[in-house]
Order: sequence, then structure tokens, then C-alpha cells
Amino acid sequence: MSRTSSAPIEARFLELLFSRRAVLLATIVLSAVALLCVCAPWVAPDDPVRMSVRARLTEPGMTYWLGADAFGRDVASRLLYAGRVSLGVGLGVAAFSSLVGIAIGLCAGFFQRLDGPLSRLVDAMMAFPDILLAIALVSILGGSAVNVIIALSIVYAPRIARIVRASTLVIRELPFVEAATALGVSTPSVMVRHVLPNITSPIIVQATFIFAYAMLAEAGLSFLGVGIDPSTPTWGTMVNEGRQYLDQALFLILFPGLAISVSVLALQLIGDGLRDALDPRLAKDL
Amino acid sequence: MRSYLARRLIGMAVVIFLVLTIAFFIVRLAPGDPAALMLGPEATAEDAAELRQQLGLDQPIFVQYLKFLGNAVRGDLGTSIFFKQPVTQVLLGRAEPTVFLSLFSLTIALIIAVPIGNYAAYRRGSFLDQASISTAMLAASVPSFWTGLMLQRYLATDLGWFPASGYGGPDADFWERMRHLLLPSIVLGIVNSALVLRFTRASMLDILGEDYIRTARSKGMGEARVVLRHALKNAAIPIITVIGLTFALLVSGAVVTERVFNIPGMGNLVVSAVLRRDYPVIQGTLIVVASLYVLINLLTDLAYLLVDKRVRY
Repeated sequence: MSRTSSAPIEARFLELLFSRRAVLLATIVLSAVALLCVCAPWVAPDDPVRMSVRARLTEPGMTYWLGADAFGRDVASRLLYAGRVSLGVGLGVAAFSSLVGIAIGLCAGFFQRLDGPLSRLVDAMMAFPDILLAIALVSILGGSAVNVIIALSIVYAPRIARIVRASTLVIRELPFVEAATALGVSTPSVMVRHVLPNITSPIIVQATFIFAYAMLAEAGLSFLGVGIDPSTPTWGTMVNEGRQYLDQALFLILFPGLAISVSVLALQLIGDGLRDALDPRLAKDL
Repeated sequence: MRSYLARRLIGMAVVIFLVLTIAFFIVRLAPGDPAALMLGPEATAEDAAELRQQLGLDQPIFVQYLKFLGNAVRGDLGTSIFFKQPVTQVLLGRAEPTVFLSLFSLTIALIIAVPIGNYAAYRRGSFLDQASISTAMLAASVPSFWTGLMLQRYLATDLGWFPASGYGGPDADFWERMRHLLLPSIVLGIVNSALVLRFTRASMLDILGEDYIRTARSKGMGEARVVLRHALKNAAIPIITVIGLTFALLVSGAVVTERVFNIPGMGNLVVSAVLRRDYPVIQGTLIVVASLYVLINLLTDLAYLLVDKRVRY
């Protein structure tokens, strides 16, 4: 088995972190946001669902750091709990769509007979705009976090599949693959143990971007009221609930909107940095 | 050329056939009886049976699929359960705001992003270049509904520069309706300019690195002439590509933006259809939008032929 580059991925990522300040900052910010959300039960100042009539639409201040919503619930606590769902969905979609995309892409790249039909299927799937297809799928599967992950993974898996197919077509022609086949290594084993390890870089880069897109898409679905059940707070549902009070209490949509934007921006910066570090051929100044 | 066109048309037909197939089976993915699901919990068993018969759901799935394909080819996408009208008619009735919203926002995105993208590439590494890339990345990270709500609050409610929402009411004339699309178009235009900017910049960088630019410079041609006559002329191609690319983004953006500004377009229709479980409308929208996407991408590829004399198929 050969590697396309000498240093292992982790080492190149560490090198990247310390050579580009923007990527370092993005990683720190994203880790901090994720850590705060994961530790929500211990760090949240209040119970996210406890209502208080007296606190309705309280401006941000000492008691309610980021204010209180229309039911008098603490916005800061809700933000932390909602982040678990929003980030969790993004991560889930990145992982699940990668798995599905890798399976489809490897098959299309390896078996010439399957290439035509699978590639046309991927083309057809990519003809549907992401939000529209996600809306249709969620409306049929039902609005739970798991179903939103499944729906968005179906939407984004074709992107991974396309990249995996293209990379597989290149790698499978290399001598070490031929050598493995000649030595009698079984086809599935060649695919998973020899081809896959050599195409991880573009997959990781694309999965990072899908993490970001999926967070935006989930927020969009929740905002439209066709995503995760509104009883589960997500950053998107918080904006949706707050829009009724747009004129009186802007902070209700300000903070969840900032949370989405900061997380997505951090992910895009990391994705850009990873692309430059892991896959210089793709960098191309985009 | 003719054989290329024939190949592309066949390819397009295959993809549209798959789009139809996917749209047909997505609705059949629903667990349980689709008729009961569409009618909601209050419906009686007789109602469900009647709707099943009306939609042909009592027939074998293969028969349903063939009928669906046959009807779709003839332009019949079924009947809306809520409106009790053909889906094509319902969609056409909502097309005007969506079409104009997309056109306006695409124009705004091109006006903002093409000059900045080209200039940033020309002054690569400068402060303006860095600032434009960072702003584009930021614009691509902010959810469009959030930008929409913020601008709605400040520019429409507080300053009163734009109508805050709606489409001018039933009696509004054309100009009044278009006035209501201004702010939503700006919002969607800003969101889409991010992609256009990054794309224009990258292609201009490619062009500036080409041999013929070096040749032009080395023979002593003035810098203005090099950029205006040689580089910009070839920068038209990426703009065509980006129009094809942004289509999907425009549609997704339109769904959300129409909801923010309460514009009665196709995006708003599909969200309402989901809430009403009007599956024929959801299915119809998916088919129409995906087919348009495939068609637009074919047209942009053909447009290369007109713009770039070097492209030969």
C-alpha cells in the first residue's frame, strides 16, 4: 500500500493549525462552542424549559445573560441545549452521508458495469435543490432529529459519491492496486484496505463542508417549521419562535443566528484550510 | 456538434426519467397509508378508501408508476388535494413572484460579485482581495432567513425604505408587486453573491495566468488594454457557468426568503403543501424544479459554444 503524501493526516493537520491563524482560531472557537453545548447540563445557567410569566421577553442582563423568550425561558440555556441538536445533526449528516457516499462512489469507480447507472442516479439526485429535497423527505419520514439526519444524508451523499468515484478511478489504475489484485486479494478487500485509505483526504475535506451545509439546511428546515419537532429546541427553531417578536425583542433571533453563523463560518474556514493542507491539487485559490 | 447535441439530449432525458422515478418513490416511502396520511387523523375509513381510489393507490405499484410516467410526459402532474386543481395549474399560478425573485437576485449577485471578483483576482493578495474573500465566506455562512429578518427589521420596519412583507395584495399592479420583491431580492442576491464572487475570482486568476496574457504584456501592450480586451472578454464563460450553478442555490434560497417575506410564490407553496400533506404538489414541485435545473445546465453548456470560439463539441 502506498500513500499519496509522506506525512500522516493528523500531522499535516497539526502543521496546518499552527501555520494559519484563521484555521487555528476557527478550531478553537468551534471546539469551545461544541464543548459548551456538550456540557450544557452542567454549564447552563438555568433549566431550558422552565417557564416564568414574569420574565417574559426580558432584555439581556444580569439574571438572564442573553434575555428570556416569550415564555420567560432563559435564552442562554436554550442556546446551549439547542446547540447539541444543531451540531449533532451536522456531525451526524457528515458521517452518515460520507458512509453512504463512499459505498456508492467505490462501487461506481470499481465496477465499470455499475458506473453508468450509479452516476446517472447521482446526477438525478443532485438535480434537486438541497432544501427542497430535504423538505420532501422530512415531510414523509416525519420530523425527528434522526429523520432529519437521514433526509439530509440522502441529500448530501451524492456529493461524496462523486468525489469518491473520481478518486477511485485514478487510484485503481496504480501499480499497487494491480499488485494486490495479482496477489489474489479479494475485491472488497482491495477496495476497503488499499483504495479507501488513499482517498481519505478529499472525503475529509468534503465532509467538513457538508457538516457546515447540513447545519445551515437543518436551521432552514427548523425555521420553516418542517424540520425537527418544535418541542426540541434547535438554533433554527429558536429563530422561528423569535420572529414573531422581531420588532420588540430582536435578541431572540440575534443570538441563535450568531451561533449558527459562527459555527458554520468556523467549519468553512477549517474545510478551506484542510483542503489546502491535505489536497493541494484542489486548493486552486477558491 | 449535432451528435453532441443528440447525446446531451438523450442524457438529459435519462436524468429527467430518473428524477420522475425518484419523485414517484419518495412519496411511496411514507410509512403507512398515504391516503390516510394526506387526509389527517380526523378522516374516516371511507374517505381514505375514496381518496385511494381517486389517486389510483388501490392498483399495483407498477401500474401506478407507469400511469404516473405516462401522465407526467403529457404534462399532467396530478391533482392537488388541497386546491382540487391540477398541480401544473397551481404551480403556474405561483410562478410569477418566484421567477422574478430569482431573476432580480441573480442580477444583484452578478452586479455585486463580478466586478469585485475580477478586481480581487487582478489585485491578488491585496487588502481588497483578502477582504472580499473573507466577506464572501461570511455571507455564505449566515443563514439567508436570518439576513432576511435582520434587513426586514432595520430597512423595512424601522427605516420604511421597503415594504416589510407580502406581495401588494390582490389588486396590486405589476410595479407594486415588483416593489415588494426588492428587499427579498437584495437578501437573496447577497447570499448568492458569495458563490459568484469566489467563482469569478478563481476563473479570473486562471485567465491571468494564461500564456496569451503574458504574451500581450511582453509585447508592451498597456495594462488597461490587457485586462479589458483580453482578460475580461474571456471572463464571460465563468459567468455563464455560475448562472447554472446558482440555480439550485436560488431555488433553495427562494423557499426560505419567500417564507420570511410572506411572498405567495412556489417556495411558499411547497412549505404550505408540506404542512397540509398535499403530496401531489410536493412531488410536482420537485419534478418541475429538478427538470428546470437539468435544462438550464444543458443551456449553459450550449452557451459556451456561442461565447468561446475554442470550445468545440
